[in-house]
Amino acid sequence: MNGVALPLVFFTFVAGMTGLLVLLWSITRNRFNWTQQGARVIFDPGEEGSVEEPSNPSAHGVALLGARANPGGATPTGLSPEDMAARRLCDTSSRMPVMIFLSSSIVWLVVGSLLGVTASLKMTFPDWLTSVAPLTFGRLRPMHLNAVTYGWGSMAAIAVALWLVPRLARAPLQGGRVASWGGCLWNLGMVLGLASLACGWTDGVEWLEFPWQIDALFAVGGAMTGFPIILTLVRRRTQHIYVSAWYIGAAFLWFPILFCVANVPGVHFGVEHATVNWWFAHNVLGLWLTPLGLATAYYFIPKVLGRPIFSYGLSLIGFWSLALFYSQVGLHHLIGGPVPTWLITISIVHSLMMFVPVIAVAVNHHWTMRGRFSTLRYSPTLRFVVLGAMMYTFTSLEGSIEALRSVNRITHFTHFTIAHAHAGMYGFVSFELFGAIYFLLPRVMEREWPYPRLIVAHFWLATLGMVLYVVALSIGGILQGNAMVDASRPFMDSVRLTIPYLHARSVGGTMMTVSHLAFAFHVLAMMAKRGPARASTPWVREIPTSTPASAAEVVA
Amino acid sequence: MNRLWVILFGAVGVLLVTSLTFVVDPYLQFSAIPAESKLQPYSREEADGRDLYISLGCMYCHSQQPRDPAFAPDGSRGWGRASTPGDYAYDHPHQLGTMRTGPDLFNVGARLPDKQWHLAHLYNPRAVVPGSIMPSYPFLFEIKETPAPGDVVVKLPSIHAPPIGAVVARPDANALVAYLRGLDHTYPSDVLVAAPAEESAR
Repeated sequence: MNGVALPLVFFTFVAGMTGLLVLLWSITRNRFNWTQQGARVIFDPGEEGSVEEPSNPSAHGVALLGARANPGGATPTGLSPEDMAARRLCDTSSRMPVMIFLSSSIVWLVVGSLLGVTASLKMTFPDWLTSVAPLTFGRLRPMHLNAVTYGWGSMAAIAVALWLVPRLARAPLQGGRVASWGGCLWNLGMVLGLASLACGWTDGVEWLEFPWQIDALFAVGGAMTGFPIILTLVRRRTQHIYVSAWYIGAAFLWFPILFCVANVPGVHFGVEHATVNWWFAHNVLGLWLTPLGLATAYYFIPKVLGRPIFSYGLSLIGFWSLALFYSQVGLHHLIGGPVPTWLITISIVHSLMMFVPVIAVAVNHHWTMRGRFSTLRYSPTLRFVVLGAMMYTFTSLEGSIEALRSVNRITHFTHFTIAHAHAGMYGFVSFELFGAIYFLLPRVMEREWPYPRLIVAHFWLATLGMVLYVVALSIGGILQGNAMVDASRPFMDSVRLTIPYLHARSVGGTMMTVSHLAFAFHVLAMMAKRGPARASTPWVREIPTSTPASAAEVVA
Repeated sequence: MNRLWVILFGAVGVLLVTSLTFVVDPYLQFSAIPAESKLQPYSREEADGRDLYISLGCMYCHSQQPRDPAFAPDGSRGWGRASTPGDYAYDHPHQLGTMRTGPDLFNVGARLPDKQWHLAHLYNPRAVVPGSIMPSYPFLFEIKETPAPGDVVVKLPSIHAPPIGAVVARPDANALVAYLRGLDHTYPSDVLVAAPAEESAR
């Protein structure tokens, strides 16, 4: 370590510790309102205890859900007509930008899934589609990654954020038109970016493949959506800012910093480029998609159940520790590489420190569900969001373990990493987004979902496909890694033994893709106004009068 | 929490402070590291080949970062000594990679110096490595009935050869092979203390 680096590391450490102490001091002096009262801010007066669930299950199912959800809980008195009208105003204020981002994201989801399945098949059929360069594996793979990360994940998360922020702020979206144009620019960037990758014009760095000239479109388009979101939060009509809004607000400031620093041309060189590469690539998950996914879970789990999250104080710890620890884990992707040991070690330490925010969030999400898991049978939104939250806990803990040198020695450079990435990006982020979309689209379009069975098909195909994908590739990856670190075995062993697992991955990926086609068709039907209109249905359904005991009998 | 600006400034502040460790620090430290003295800059053809390596996405299956023998047996597979930052002095963008669906290539030029092997391998990997799952790259070659003088003809086993004519390498294939054959960082490093056991084993 040279003379400048040591003081900087020391400064970072001291600054981080000071920040934690300030946080603790503020909490003890009651500078933050972090009491359980904050968790109730998402409910209107008289609403807590009632179920908000749109996705057109039978009225019977909703009634059961309500009864099961709140035995002995707060007694809802129903929303006042004024509150109902105000909420409707917020929900529809972002219609245009939400629909632009949402419909585009679903197009990119389908495109990205097809690219992914093709790339997967090419691994087991290496002589398939080899006649021209754009179809080679090394081009389809980055096209898949960029289509699903920046096209599907980012655009859908922005759509959810654009819809959620007015609700959290209890104020209509500000500057929606700017956000709509931002969405158009973002799409232009996607089209040009994917086309340039197909033609072989690439920055050549994983997660940052789009040429920096095209990245400028994302920077401008992203700023045009971030600005309305922050402005709406500034002009909010609530005193308290709910935890979901912290995550959303922070993510919209973190991402531009990451994106611009990592993409700035002509600055990065050699191994330094690799360190910035993985600093960015892990932060784009940790400080962009993860906070947006967590914001979704933090809103929809309590909202659909009509029950505030378990501990609002924990959510505060979860948020700040995520910010502090997640921003320092990226270099565990270079364990064993030509990078100074101190840098790697700091990343490993923070990877393990991630246990703190993950457990804080896990307790909050899962404990809020305690005793109410049967509600998953009736609420499509909850089904996706709760499974996504479980996948977040699982993936994050797995990721921390994976960063240990002894484990990384085996799993690094293998398909295990790919399985882990999909458990996080698909099992967690995508499931949160699916759940949110099933909730918000009926409110944005003021229509019900026309074909509830398609939601069931989507859920099961996506879930089983994801489980098959992750389990198969994880096993294949461990076998591959074990073969690779055993010098007495020829390298080709590590290739051959993965083949059955690569086939299984193709099957899992195909199931996921089919589920996306069902989902895309359903959204299309919704946009073609196939579903029954919502106008006459009550905005918030109230608890039925039946007693919890009798409801439980019916469920059983 | 009621103070939006505390949240937003706090969140940005945390990222900026940690970036000192993860962006500024490595920048300063790596700026001070000179190129390995025995490292040759890329020739014109090798640089073209490297551009092709990047544009075809070879990095998604091949790493360029042999690990230390104390950590993993990369050296005994013939992938070379542990790499140092000075080995990458001429690499823009870096191609360290994170997957080993195929082997590490940082010293493939030393391990497999034969030009004909590389050409045949690119034309159809299964012609020289049975069971390989690497894609074939026929678009880097053309089939000519009668190769012109000066054409590089690829020697293939009969089952992989076309029925008529000969497979001739296009300039792209020659450039890519030049880059791969030039990937040789087996010279003694200026900064690494050579591991004696590893050296004698070779």
